[in-house]
Amino acid sequence: MDCNNIEELLEKYFQGGTSIAEEQELRKYFSSSNVLPHLEQYKPLFGYFSLVKKEEFEREILPQTKKYNLAWLSIAASVVVLLGIGTYVYLNNNKANQNQDLGTYDDPEVAYRETQKALALLSNHVNVGIESVQYVQEYQNSKNLIFKQ
Amino acid sequence: MNQNEFVLLIAPFKDKVFRLAKRLLISTEEAEDATQEVLVKLWNKNGSLDGYNNVEAFAMTMTKNYCLDQLKSKRAGNLKTVHTNFTDKEPSLDKKVEDDDSLNWVEKIINQLPEQQRLIIQMRDIEQYEFEEIAKILEMNETAIRVSLSRGRKRIREFMLKTHSYGLQ
Repeated sequence: MDCNNIEELLEKYFQGGTSIAEEQELRKYFSSSNVLPHLEQYKPLFGYFSLVKKEEFEREILPQTKKYNLAWLSIAASVVVLLGIGTYVYLNNNKANQNQDLGTYDDPEVAYRETQKALALLSNHVNVGIESVQYVQEYQNSKNLIFKQ
Repeated sequence: MNQNEFVLLIAPFKDKVFRLAKRLLISTEEAEDATQEVLVKLWNKNGSLDGYNNVEAFAMTMTKNYCLDQLKSKRAGNLKTVHTNFTDKEPSLDKKVEDDDSLNWVEKIINQLPEQQRLIIQMRDIEQYEFEEIAKILEMNETAIRVSLSRGRKRIREFMLKTHSYGLQ
């Protein structure tokens, strides 16, 4: 390629008028070893263009979707845990309610009898041991004998 | 569409998305985040993607908008993207050390251009899109793109002549 042609192309290039093919030609010329000395200064420019085009995106694609999956996983896990705690508490409450239910009667007659029975049982047990307390009075008597007021 | 089909769909342009993001955000990490974000958004669109006849152009538009938003929010927050990756990740050819240096200069110069010109230069000179495609991605008309491209290229030439004459050859 002769010198004039390249200079023309260069001028056209700086005017923004070259086609892709012409620009390709310029690149090829400036990557060759026989660049004219007064055009040497443009060499790095075209060299840079070809060099930079080789740069690649090196990160792995879309690890973020995996992150989303992890987020969903943790949400699911927390839901399961919450459900577990919920059912546990719910069942326990039910048990407590059932315990409270014991001892109630629908029939007032039966309830009355049971209450009397319970009270009798209580009073019997309260009176147990009252005899042993009688000794205390004995102490009092002997004390009165000794310390006559 | 399952994940494998999606990966196949984005394979031809995910690097372009990344490079465009890097051109605007400059920092490699930020660009990776942005690419990730765009791909996730695409993935979430999933079902409706078939409706777009040009997914690549759509993805590029999304990238452009996302990065410009990022830059705007950074500016509002009075933060600057911190980047330490001026050097290229490419294995440097030991015999072309000085060449590498001038390539870094080109990168610095391009990254000093206004965002619009950077976008257009990225898409035209690096990704070699046709003007028609760029017009679709940027939602601009072709003449405006040509003008902006020419301005950007001339500005690069100006800067380069300056560094050239400073004896950095």
